[in-house]
Amino acid sequence: MSAVLIYVPRDSAALAVGADEVAAALAEQCAQRGLAVDIVRNGSRGLFWLEPLVEVQTPTGRVAYGPVAPEDVPGLLDAGLLQGATHALGHGLTEEIPYLAQQERLTFARMGVTDPLSLSDYAAHGGWAGLQRALTLDPMAVVQDVLDSGLRGRGGAAFPAGIKWRTVLQAQAAQKYVVCNADEGDSGTFSDRMTMEGDPYMLIEGMVIAGLAVGATQGYVYIRSEYPHAIAVMQEAIARAQAAGYLGDSVCGSGRAFTLHVRKAAGAYVCGEETAMLESIEGKRGIVRAKPPLPAIEGLFGQPTVINNVITLASVPLILARGAAFYRDYGMGRSRGTLPFQLAGNILHGGLVEKAFGLTLRELLFTFGGGSRSGRAIKAVQVGGPLGTYVPESQWDVPLDYEAYAAFGAVVGHGGIVVHDDTADMAQLARYAMEFCALESCGKCTPCRIGSTRGVEVIDRITQNENRVQQVVLLRSLCDTMLNGSLCAMGSMTPYPVLSALNHYPADFGIAAPTEQAA
Amino acid sequence: MLKHLKLEIDHGTPARVSAETVTLNIDGKAVHVPKGTSLMRAAVDAGVQVPKLCATDSLEPFGSCRLCLVEIEGPNGKVRGYPASCTTPCENGMVVHTQTPKLQELRKGVMELYISDHPLDCLTCSANGNCELQDMAGVTGLRNVRYGVGDAAGANHCSSKKDESNPYFTYDPSKCIVCNRCVRACEETQGTFALTISGRGFESRVSPGQDQPFMDSECVSCGACVEACPTATLQEKTVIELGQPEHSVITTCAYCGVGCGFKAEMKGNTVVRMVPWKDGKANEGHSCVKGRFAWGYATHPDRITKPMIRSKITDPWREVSWDEAIGHAASEFKRIQAKYGRDSVGGISSSRCTNEEVYLVQKLVRAAFGTNNIDTCARVCHSPTGYGMGQTFGTSAGTQTFKSVEHADVIVVIGANPTDAHPVFASRMKRRLREGAKLVVVDPRRIELVSSPHIQAQHHLALKPGTNVAMVTALAHVVVTEGLVHEAYVAERCDTKSFNEWRAFVAKPENSPEAFEEVTGVPAAEVRAAARLYAAGPNSAIYYGLGVTEHAQGSTMVIGIANLAMACGMVGREGVGVNPLRGQNNVQGSCDMGSFPHELPGYRHISDTTVRSEFEAAWGVHISPEPGLRIPNMFDAALGGSFKGLYCQGEDIVQSDPDTQHVAAALEAMECIVVQDIFLNETAKYAHVLLPGSSFLEKDGTFTNAERRISRVTQVMPPLAGLGDWEVTQKLSVALGYPMNYAHPEEIMREIAALTPTFRGVSYEKIERLGSVQWPCNESTEEAGTAIMHEQRFVRGKGRFFNTQYVPSLEKVTRMYPLLLTTGRILSQYNVGAQTRRTPNNQWHDEDRLELHAHDAQERGISDGDWVGIASRAGQTVLRAVISDRMQPGVVYTTFHFPESGANVITTDSSDWATNCPEYKVTAVQVSKVMQPSEWQKEYASFNKQQLEFLAQAGQQAVEASGK
Repeated sequence: MSAVLIYVPRDSAALAVGADEVAAALAEQCAQRGLAVDIVRNGSRGLFWLEPLVEVQTPTGRVAYGPVAPEDVPGLLDAGLLQGATHALGHGLTEEIPYLAQQERLTFARMGVTDPLSLSDYAAHGGWAGLQRALTLDPMAVVQDVLDSGLRGRGGAAFPAGIKWRTVLQAQAAQKYVVCNADEGDSGTFSDRMTMEGDPYMLIEGMVIAGLAVGATQGYVYIRSEYPHAIAVMQEAIARAQAAGYLGDSVCGSGRAFTLHVRKAAGAYVCGEETAMLESIEGKRGIVRAKPPLPAIEGLFGQPTVINNVITLASVPLILARGAAFYRDYGMGRSRGTLPFQLAGNILHGGLVEKAFGLTLRELLFTFGGGSRSGRAIKAVQVGGPLGTYVPESQWDVPLDYEAYAAFGAVVGHGGIVVHDDTADMAQLARYAMEFCALESCGKCTPCRIGSTRGVEVIDRITQNENRVQQVVLLRSLCDTMLNGSLCAMGSMTPYPVLSALNHYPADFGIAAPTEQAA
Repeated sequence: MLKHLKLEIDHGTPARVSAETVTLNIDGKAVHVPKGTSLMRAAVDAGVQVPKLCATDSLEPFGSCRLCLVEIEGPNGKVRGYPASCTTPCENGMVVHTQTPKLQELRKGVMELYISDHPLDCLTCSANGNCELQDMAGVTGLRNVRYGVGDAAGANHCSSKKDESNPYFTYDPSKCIVCNRCVRACEETQGTFALTISGRGFESRVSPGQDQPFMDSECVSCGACVEACPTATLQEKTVIELGQPEHSVITTCAYCGVGCGFKAEMKGNTVVRMVPWKDGKANEGHSCVKGRFAWGYATHPDRITKPMIRSKITDPWREVSWDEAIGHAASEFKRIQAKYGRDSVGGISSSRCTNEEVYLVQKLVRAAFGTNNIDTCARVCHSPTGYGMGQTFGTSAGTQTFKSVEHADVIVVIGANPTDAHPVFASRMKRRLREGAKLVVVDPRRIELVSSPHIQAQHHLALKPGTNVAMVTALAHVVVTEGLVHEAYVAERCDTKSFNEWRAFVAKPENSPEAFEEVTGVPAAEVRAAARLYAAGPNSAIYYGLGVTEHAQGSTMVIGIANLAMACGMVGREGVGVNPLRGQNNVQGSCDMGSFPHELPGYRHISDTTVRSEFEAAWGVHISPEPGLRIPNMFDAALGGSFKGLYCQGEDIVQSDPDTQHVAAALEAMECIVVQDIFLNETAKYAHVLLPGSSFLEKDGTFTNAERRISRVTQVMPPLAGLGDWEVTQKLSVALGYPMNYAHPEEIMREIAALTPTFRGVSYEKIERLGSVQWPCNESTEEAGTAIMHEQRFVRGKGRFFNTQYVPSLEKVTRMYPLLLTTGRILSQYNVGAQTRRTPNNQWHDEDRLELHAHDAQERGISDGDWVGIASRAGQTVLRAVISDRMQPGVVYTTFHFPESGANVITTDSSDWATNCPEYKVTAVQVSKVMQPSEWQKEYASFNKQQLEFLAQAGQQAVEASGK
């Protein structure tokens, strides 16, 4: 009898809730019982409330159980885990779990399905097809595909990736670079980490394609230092891809070179800002550079550089493999394709939801998220990381689309969604936004350097009712200075959460208005 | 800001060069600028100064202060945003507004944030009247700080502690606005990278090194940060003490041969500070610790301010009137000449004095003494340059401007240590190296340039002292035998016969790098690689110093360098050339002014009847066609009894010339020594007449730097002793019976210009109008003279090659003297130290030490800080040891800034075959651990004590005399 395949995720989110212990318990118990099993450490499916999510391969498909604790293992085996039998922790076929079944997993199609470091698994699930096609095209044709796909930067700025690539392709230089920004620092986000831990070859493939497209022979992945597992997996994946000829002096025997290096980030939020990241990779203090020059013209070490977020680059293999039109057909307006939304905070079903642009926040919160974890009413939702707007319920039916969100002063950003229930004090959350900025500001530009500290102080005066009315006026004036005067998004977007909290939840600041808003 | 300080417009960002012009509209005015120009700079062209704090036109834009925001109109007339004008380049068709209600509000908002964390002590602040933050608070119209200020606002730095460790400036973090100008100046302008910002966000603050006091950090006190600081954060202590200056005068630094332009900022006759002049072409607004800060010697209590005489050097000095002193000196010279003959007297001119003063001294010697016994201190530094470059190229001067280094692709530094000895040029060179130029260093020591922040020499040819000629010949061998000769250049511009002879000579196997490996100690492969790099260029420039000239084969080496440059086609355009780095402010000028015994002004040989007759006609005297005595010959003649009287202006031969005991003996054998100096220097201790000199702050004139650049020295205070040096020389000449009556140094320059073809176009009016001029400057050159020499053809016609046969120095290691001593300069001290020792620069370097390699130290049981005796065949002295990995085994090094060190007690009479330039750079010595000073040092101590007492007695006598 051949061994039964059991999947226990190796993703950090699963490890954090005991996946290693579950895997060990499974191995031990099966050995004791003389059961032949093969435990695969796959990536996470992204259904975090079910982690550790154990899957068993059955003739009808993979059957899910979760969340599994080590002490559940004997009972599960007793109940017939290896046959996919029913159990209180069982969820039936994984693919049919509604949370997953209702998604449009393009980029995350392999996520949780494969062994992340298995080259054969990757190839068997459509890996390298995009690269193979890119190798047959001339660079401009590759860039054209990316342009036609409508892919925009998934790091938050949503700049069309193809235009950036074309700029780098057309720049004349002896050396060009591709830099992947994997300093995923936004609160409530994890899609980059999941990609690197759960499907690293996809990112590698995307970067190789980018290198071929723009004529860059060197790539860097700048990975958040708090992501030790992602760093380890990426390093191992790069080594294996290099050994297999996907990286190196002659990619797939094409005679075209691309090598990839991992850089551990410097542990500062601002190093996720692209120019501060370049400084950091160059070994300098992570402070923001003024633009222009654009990194596409003078980037890493002063050379033309493609800088994209993990998800942007990871979307590329599919676009090349399936064609620009396939990808472009998802989404709405100028927001094409899909975005892996990340549900976090006070939410019942936290996890990753990849959907085409155009769904609403309400769908995400309730259809997928199942409402708040506390069971209380949801009061505010911060979309797009710590610099994102707090979206009040009145806007929850606006489609998630870059332009539609921008229209009411919000951002989709990197797709991170942090939920707060009705116990949240929005004045304290506004203060936190300023405090975060004060803590993470690089200190280069004055509005951010001094303004963020003053912001905390002013909000404290408001909440302590010291000259509240004047201080509210001052806070708005400070936000205007930061918004229009700061050098980078750190300072210029900190006002987003602050002003949205002030505008939509004035009572939390001790002011009645909306009439104050005009001040 | 005070009005008189405001004369210079700060364009905010550096000028850009582009063939392409961009046209845009700023505040309704059309502006045309080179592509790449910032909006801020373009706005200045439109007559608008956009508010700014972090931007200044000496530094690349940074974009941090956010005061310079402007509005750019989009195609639909809508505002495209508020970009910083310093970091935004102009684009064709842009429509820019520099002042709108929104901009006013934003700038006020930024300024309000600044001031919320700034002490409001403007009235008592040292920058009051010259503070950009204060100016901008005014410009933005800030009327109210709604956050409160300091503690009232909340977090603040208002009570941060000052760092007063540096003797010249303070760092007050409470005033810091984190504009990064100091950090950027340290990086971009100076290239030391001593400063950074520590902390992030609100905690950000300027930090020397790793939060060290300035004096403990790598800071070299160049003052670039102080100059860049827009507030009182980095402030000169003199300004803190004296307040803001009320007028300023442009003048030229009196230290090294870079010749930096300075603005002497004054209150009455008191210097408040010396600020590097932005329009000074040698320094472009940069400075070093000496020029910027070490000028306090000018008013030091040790200054000699009264003429003095004595009949014997064992007598006390007697203060007398100018007339008595000069009358006495003249009568002594006349007596000696009557007794021992016309040629029994002579003069020595000084590279520290102005062109006009040097000219007068040689004129006095030739016309009033009637002899050619005139020499200058260039004898002991760059005389081989004069000879070598004269022979090969036809003129004795550097071929380039300093700015030319910006176009060099390969820089070769031979026997020079620019970061210590020519710091401002070193900074310009380092900037080019950071841009990617390649570097070859030929030096026995691992000097700073070999490896320093963001600088790494491609090749360090760490040769043994005394083997320069072997090295340059080996380099030439590679060029010739590997087909790297620029044949077309040589064919067109050089003398074929001498070239062919040279080519055959250097191609010989015995001149190969392999053959010389044993001699130089440098691996042949390294030499070959360096030669290929130099020949490949495309622009390769050679800079050299006294490590080339001060050798027995100094002239040969200069010729060898010239040969190499010609063979590779590296002379006569921007970015290439052969450039001696001159040690003293006016070495070039003192050589130009005819102060060699064999040359009249403009390097024309004394035997040339046509030239001589021009001078004879102008001066109304007969001039001997025979060259006079060189300095070492004067000493020998003195000991031989035929040379009895010397007029020595501004040179300290006893400390600076080799074999001190020999020099002292010669002076003791003479009957009248007249020393003109600002201090009682070592030579004055042997003098009979002491005439007070005047510092560069006290007189008018010109200096000529290493680029042949003639700049004005401007009087900013009256001479302490009442007379400028030129006036003293003039009085002496009159007393000797040869009339001179110049009313102003300008008249002397007029005479120089009239008599010297290469100076024909030089005038004070032109220098003041253009800032400076470079000789040759006459009717056949540009108005400002000649920036690059030998552009079309060599001055002598065809460039001439000479074979450079390597001859080992007589100073070679033996069992008795197994080490080689080489000498040099350190950043904070200057030559004999007469000036810098009388400033707080001593805090960096208060004694000369002997540097040696750990291996040599260990063999001798020497530890760091031990007293060691250094003995050569000439003498012996004692210094403390420093074990240094900059040294190679077998080589020891010291500086010569302190007279009691006796560095020149050890150096010998070995000298250059052609010019007698002493071989300071190679002396065979033994080093051993000792417990007490050397015999010479003990004798020196007692002699010195007695001489200082003699000086003190002169003062007392004067007091008593006036009491009667």
